[in-house]
Amino acid sequence: MSSIYQALIEIVGEDYASNRQEELFTYSKDLGTSESKWPEYVVAPKTTEEVQKIVRLANEEKIAIVPLGGGMTLAGLALPLKGGITIDMKRMEKIIEVNEPGRYMVVEAGISQGKITSYLHKHHPHLMHSEPGAPPAATVGGNLAIHGQGDLAHPYGFNSDMVNGLEVILPTGEIARFGSCAIDAGWYTMHPLPDLGLFLGWNGTTGIMTKVSLRLFPHKQIRKMDLFAVENEALVPEILYELTHVGLSEDLVAFSSEIPPMMNKLHSISIVITGDSEEEIEFKRHLFFDVKLSKYIRSGVGGIAAVSQDRQRPQISKSADWKKGGGFEYVGAIMPVSAYPECYRRGAEISARHDIPYTVLGRVIGSSHGMMFSWSYAFNRADPETVRHAREALHETDEQVMEMNGAIWKPAVFGQKLMMDRMDTNTLQLMKKVKNLLDPNGIMNPGNWEVIQ
Amino acid sequence: MYELKFDEDMCFACGTHDCLVKCQHLDLDEDMARIELEKFINSEDPWVLHDCVTCYACEEYCPNGNHPFYLIVQKQEELNIPPLPEPLIKQGVQLGIPFRGEPEIKEINGTALNMGAFSVLTNRVQSRLFEGLTIMSDDPRKMFHYFCQLMYLHYAKTSVINERLEKIIATIAAHKVKKVVHFHDECYGTYTSYAPAFGIDVPFESIHLFEYLYNKLEELKSDITPLNYKVAYQRPCSSRLSPDKHLFVDKIFSLIGVEPVDREYVDENAMCCGATILGQRKEGRRQYCNEIQKNNIEDMKNAGAQICVFNCPACMQTLGKPVGKSGIMPLFMSDLCRLAIGEKVV
Ligand SMILES: Cc1cc2nc3c(=O)[nH]c(=O)nc-3n(C[C@H](O)[C@H](O)[C@H](O)COP(=O)(O)OP(=O)(O)OC[C@H]3O[C@@H](n4cnc5c(N)ncnc54)[C@H](O)[C@@H]3O)c2cc1C
Ligand code: SF4
Ligand code: SF4
Repeated sequence: MSSIYQALIEIVGEDYASNRQEELFTYSKDLGTSESKWPEYVVAPKTTEEVQKIVRLANEEKIAIVPLGGGMTLAGLALPLKGGITIDMKRMEKIIEVNEPGRYMVVEAGISQGKITSYLHKHHPHLMHSEPGAPPAATVGGNLAIHGQGDLAHPYGFNSDMVNGLEVILPTGEIARFGSCAIDAGWYTMHPLPDLGLFLGWNGTTGIMTKVSLRLFPHKQIRKMDLFAVENEALVPEILYELTHVGLSEDLVAFSSEIPPMMNKLHSISIVITGDSEEEIEFKRHLFFDVKLSKYIRSGVGGIAAVSQDRQRPQISKSADWKKGGGFEYVGAIMPVSAYPECYRRGAEISARHDIPYTVLGRVIGSSHGMMFSWSYAFNRADPETVRHAREALHETDEQVMEMNGAIWKPAVFGQKLMMDRMDTNTLQLMKKVKNLLDPNGIMNPGNWEVIQ
Repeated sequence: MYELKFDEDMCFACGTHDCLVKCQHLDLDEDMARIELEKFINSEDPWVLHDCVTCYACEEYCPNGNHPFYLIVQKQEELNIPPLPEPLIKQGVQLGIPFRGEPEIKEINGTALNMGAFSVLTNRVQSRLFEGLTIMSDDPRKMFHYFCQLMYLHYAKTSVINERLEKIIATIAAHKVKKVVHFHDECYGTYTSYAPAFGIDVPFESIHLFEYLYNKLEELKSDITPLNYKVAYQRPCSSRLSPDKHLFVDKIFSLIGVEPVDREYVDENAMCCGATILGQRKEGRRQYCNEIQKNNIEDMKNAGAQICVFNCPACMQTLGKPVGKSGIMPLFMSDLCRLAIGEKVV
């Protein structure tokens, strides 16, 4: 038995460390188009101290470590590009505190989004967090490590803007805390302490998050989704501008897809309207439809396509069905809302070239401060030719995002390189210094955000 | 191309102009109605074409069977006065495009049950009431091959109906059916009212669901336990195309022992569910839709209804939840009948 394996067993117990092929196989893949990458070991710690010991061991052995949450990013971000130890964080799923009047909760970073939602639903029905549209097994740590956004992105921004405190195991094994928890004053705020900002959006290359204080928000008891449709994509940005001026929706998403034919070459804007009474809902609807959007309705270029729909999972996951075999991967990019028409047109073109029905979607972040735009490409897992097409379409989309002056969101290594190629040298060098300073042995999720120059 | 059989002379000689005078949504006396009708017969631009909410009701109000509603929507299309915004029309028209393969045609000996575009409701017909009927297609992927298209009347798109209907009829006919019970009475209206009005040939006989249910209940009479509920009936727009079958509503109610409540929006004065009005172009339509829905439900409540009986799945989708919230149970007519013969309905 290898000494690393033996040491891992000593840290977490033999049920939670493995080097067996059948288990490593599961961790060698993700759901997207990435090639398999095999770890040498997988380990599932239960406590911060166990994570700390694993990190110290990896430093001694100079072996790579890759934190893994739900593995739902699809872009191969938690695949062990250089082998080593995959640290499966899902056992770290405790809810440590919920502060109802202060509207925050402290959780272990491996907790799933689904567990948080169901826990709040049951025990704190007046509170909610901003849940990403990902499958519920996605974790809080994984989402923050890629600057995710959820269903409260329009009123409150990125999920990583909703962090009130953080505990991280640094690449050299120390435990560090950030925010009011660092001065032992509770977990209620990140400010006004000096901004270190070194861990969110870094794909786990600068440390492993172990505890997070998440902001919670009022959960209204009635939740409805209305749809407004237009044919001319050029109208989408101005309509979103009107809607964000009202500012009373919880979530605004514009989407279009070739299949089912109903939405082909049309654009639906979903407006999530919530309230504690039907009167509150109607008040908001009145402002949206009768005040802001009535000019589009009267002139016949826009219309209320549906009201009070059940909220559906994002269109992007449904698109996995359009090719047999259930595969899909998407490029996400943070774009100005004004880019919607161009994003749509280019996405439809790329899809047509690769014989994939197009599916595009843009979720508003903030008051039209930006939009997470996604281009989704379906493939048949059993058909390498369709996988190749999807992979090429993803790469072309990454390039087009850069051409449109967008920022690729959760980029795969290919996209990370495109962004770093365009990055201002001083920033790039600072990134390199920060990484070298924090991770002198280069063991943290190597291959990601790797500054070569 | 198919042409609407509309007899203009009949209107010139008409003593009542009931089609427009009785309209619940437009305020016209007989003189105004006559002038408006003359205008649109002459393809001028009458305001009725702009203000009509496409509720279908004038089709029933005309005592002479002269198809005023079909004429209205045909003229709306001809004069480019779409009742709905363009994207909604495009969306609706694209909705009916089949995209998941061709239907599997099996020959059916005897009478068939056509679920139309509502194959998702097939669980509703797992009942003794439907024993002996063969479902033509219960595959949701294929449902648009059986979609009667009549919904496009709300979109003022008779051109789309006329373009697609022949193929739908051919698909049904390919099952070699002689008689078809239609689960949705919009389908029934298509094959017994719209198609003949436009001279479209239908090679099978259609049976209205309520007539079928009534006859079946007669057969199962000994199994009926009177339900003793007070019920309100939500009459759908498409039932205006088959007013001769409306009598089966009361006949069924009396057979299963429920009491229709005495209310304002009943029979000829029934109020539409509002689904199509909500999205219309004309200013204020959303609020108008809210208002008629509110009045309709309040009317049921004030009359003491315990159950609201639905005929049409679209009405159920639109009004089911608010009706339920007001304390009245929404139920399809077929489900109500199932309760009467002791079946469970989930
Ligand atoms: C259908 C579908 C819809 C989606 N919709 C959305 C959406 O609406 N919004 C959204 O934001 N995302 C969305 N996603 C993308 C993604 O699934 C989510 O962002 C998810 O929250 C990522 O979390 P995860 O636990 O799966 O991360 P993983 O894939 O496991 O990891 C992501 C990255 O974080 C690192 N990491 C994991 N845990 C930690 C930790 N504790 N500390 C430090 N680094 C860590 C990993 O090494 C990796 O680099 C969607 C995905 C799918 C499949
Ligand atoms: S459509 Fe009928 S009711 Fe109307 S004017 Fe003509 S004949 Fe009279
Ligand atoms: S369809 Fe309805 S609203 Fe239109 S004219 Fe006829 S009765 Fe009136």
